[in-house]
Amino acid sequence: MSKTAIKKTASLPELVVRPEFEVSDLEQAQTGEVAIKLSWVERIWNVDAVRKSVILLSLVVVWQAYTVGFDVEPLMLPSFSASFATLYNALFHGDLIFKIWFSIKVLIIGYSAGLFLAAVLILLATATRFGSDLIAMATAMFNPLPAIALLPLAMLWFGLGTASLVFVLIHSVLWAVALSTHSGFEGVSQTLRMIGRNYGLRGIEYVWKILVPAALPSILAGMKIGWAFAWRTLIGAELVFGASSGSGGLGWYIFESSQNIETDGVFAGLFMVILIGFLVENVVFRNVEVKTVIRWGMQR
Amino acid sequence: MTSAPSIEIRPEFEADEIGKAATGDVARKLSLWERITDMNSVRKLTILVIVLVIWEIYTRWAEVSELIMPRFSSTAEALLDGVFNEQLLIMVWNSLTVLVSGYFIGLLIATLLTTAATMTRFGSDILSTLTAMLNPLPAIALLPLALLWFGLGADAIIFTLLHSVIWPVALNAHVGFMSVSETQRMVGRNYGLRGLIYVAKLLIPAAFPQILMGLKIGWAYAWRTLIAAELVFGGSISDTSEGTSGGLGWFVFANQMDLRIAHVFAGLFTVILVGVLVENVIFNNIENRTVRRWGMQAR
Amino acid sequence: MDAKTDTVAGKKPATGTAKPILEVDGVTLQYKTKEHLITATYRVSFDVYPADRFVLLGPSGCGKSTLLKGIAGYMKPVEGDIRLKGREISEPGPDRVMVFQEFDQLLPWKTVKQNITFALRNGGKTSNAAEANEIAMEYIHKVKLTGFEDTFPHMLSGGMKQRVAIARGMAMEPDVLLMDEPFAALDALTRLQMQKELLQLWEDTHFTVLFVTHSIEEALIVGSRILVLSPHPGQVKAELNAHELNHDNVGSKVFARVQQRIHDMLFADRILEDEILGEELDK
Repeated sequence: MSKTAIKKTASLPELVVRPEFEVSDLEQAQTGEVAIKLSWVERIWNVDAVRKSVILLSLVVVWQAYTVGFDVEPLMLPSFSASFATLYNALFHGDLIFKIWFSIKVLIIGYSAGLFLAAVLILLATATRFGSDLIAMATAMFNPLPAIALLPLAMLWFGLGTASLVFVLIHSVLWAVALSTHSGFEGVSQTLRMIGRNYGLRGIEYVWKILVPAALPSILAGMKIGWAFAWRTLIGAELVFGASSGSGGLGWYIFESSQNIETDGVFAGLFMVILIGFLVENVVFRNVEVKTVIRWGMQR
Repeated sequence: MTSAPSIEIRPEFEADEIGKAATGDVARKLSLWERITDMNSVRKLTILVIVLVIWEIYTRWAEVSELIMPRFSSTAEALLDGVFNEQLLIMVWNSLTVLVSGYFIGLLIATLLTTAATMTRFGSDILSTLTAMLNPLPAIALLPLALLWFGLGADAIIFTLLHSVIWPVALNAHVGFMSVSETQRMVGRNYGLRGLIYVAKLLIPAAFPQILMGLKIGWAYAWRTLIAAELVFGGSISDTSEGTSGGLGWFVFANQMDLRIAHVFAGLFTVILVGVLVENVIFNNIENRTVRRWGMQAR
Repeated sequence: MDAKTDTVAGKKPATGTAKPILEVDGVTLQYKTKEHLITATYRVSFDVYPADRFVLLGPSGCGKSTLLKGIAGYMKPVEGDIRLKGREISEPGPDRVMVFQEFDQLLPWKTVKQNITFALRNGGKTSNAAEANEIAMEYIHKVKLTGFEDTFPHMLSGGMKQRVAIARGMAMEPDVLLMDEPFAALDALTRLQMQKELLQLWEDTHFTVLFVTHSIEEALIVGSRILVLSPHPGQVKAELNAHELNHDNVGSKVFARVQQRIHDMLFADRILEDEILGEELDK
């Protein structure tokens, strides 16, 4: 053993001891330009909005060229210009705008009622362990149940009218929001909880000033999912329901157009559905996020 | 603070011996009862039973009309009747086959889109433009178009299912890939991972919490879309003419039309059951085996 | 019972006329994990006097953090009692402000200044917004964060976050400031800096602070009086003076001697522990 060890030591590289040194004065940088400006074409192309608008525009052009160039049957796929003209007419000369307003009104009522009920449930859940168990079970059961499946029951209980729509909308919002808020509350760090109690916060005040802001990323995520479900449920419900109630919202407009084989009308309706959905997700919710959780560094 | 108190100097002391014997239990096992009541499943099961009992007692005691709110017992009977006499299981199977084919084709397309988006900036721009536009568009709104293009049948439903799955899955996967930390990327390249192996062994696991979330949202949308589609166009779309039964949504719809409310409830129960199975058994299992085990649950 | 009379006997009254501000008397603390009921401290007694920089020192698993939580009012002792100014402690309150080790103790949705005014206004210190602002700015200045008052916590470094937490705690002017390893998550240089600043702040007002640490060196530098705890469960091993030790004599013989003495105390009769239990206690 000792022999091999000695052998090994002999073949190991030796330390090379060099003189120390210290720089007394750093030279001024001569590295040339530290930053070079990009050409303006590159800079414009680097703006997200510009690139995305170009993509959108080219999609429209392809659509238009395809339908016109190949003489596609407008009943199957109307051209972009035809769809857009129908939309324009329906908005400014027809009653589409009222239909949209009808949908949005129902949506807002259902959504806010759902949020309110979710808040009540969550308060119950935070107050007692029994409440917490009850809500956990109810959400686990009802969250996977598509709200639209309750529409037949709702029509039976509340008749053909706004009440039925609101009922299914509440169902679509309530569980998604309650579920993610509840898990958000459970994820609030022990330290923050102790801080809140340290400063004497109790009951509702503790929930409002500590738990809600600390769980805001989850709450917002729940509200977004709740919105997405509600929006889908509303359009779906109006598709069925419109047929029976006669006058309806945006979903009904699409249904009516497809029944009359006015495919350009279907596309006009879809444009509006996309526009509203886009505005809510990328303007309303995005703004709330930028002003809260992103600003606070709780979410990127 | 003019009269800041000064330190009080006290004698030191040292315990010469600590009474070891007197410490009693340092750690004691909790009693069986304490551990049982701490078990989630036990508590939840109890609650479920209580709710069902209240339901049964209330409907009997208040003599609620079976048309408004059937009893639990009649609902259970209706469920058995549905299973044994009305091909409920076959209907569930029909729904699931359509759902599964739509879901997996959707996943495939989403994968292609995400691959393109992850590899080039142009692809990424296309994906984000399309998702921003099409993700907020409820798939069910496309059903009228689908019916026009594909006619009445499973094809139309699959088309709408595709739409409901592709966007959330592609969006989340893309976001997941983009937010894989630079350190992890560098580690992967440091150990010589390249190309597909790099994607499979590093990017996918690192982005898995996000990917899984996309899969879950995609499933939730697809499930909702399927039920809605079967419900809304139930009569026309289900191939009842060929003697085969339609789907689960059709079961609910048809029974509501016939005012067999207990059967409607039984159908809803089945919908809940399938949903709970997929969300709480399948997805939870995947989560437990992957992201939760790796301690990277997305919050 | 022997252990109890022992420790009580050790608690000799001070020579001066001052009365203890915080009295911990034969306190046993227990908590539950999924499978076990754990005794964290067993019949621990000590007195904290005004202006003390009182350090709870011990290896992990000696229940020092649990003890601090007991004093803060988050846990109730199963035996013995804790009195602040003669009144028994029953729940958390702003008369004992806690500074934690974790960086997430600042409310991320409030700026530096708002974090302090939030504490002042909810802790019942003042209901006047202007006054709260003024106090907050004063303490921000004291911890050398002037210019960062409108910054959100996620923009600050670890050391700066701990400074805000300390400013928030001191602004409340609590009867006793509780610090749970506040510098443990900082790098060595920042930690040194923070220890010095804490001592300077103490020079200003001679506030009472109860400081938990597992570093013998930190205990000697920061503390004026040190309670040494043994692990599993936490029991009082000794109570020592360290008011003459600080950064300036870190390398000195006196310092080294005390350091060695505590080291021997803690590791001489190390109890063999159940491994799993040890892990659970660390959580």
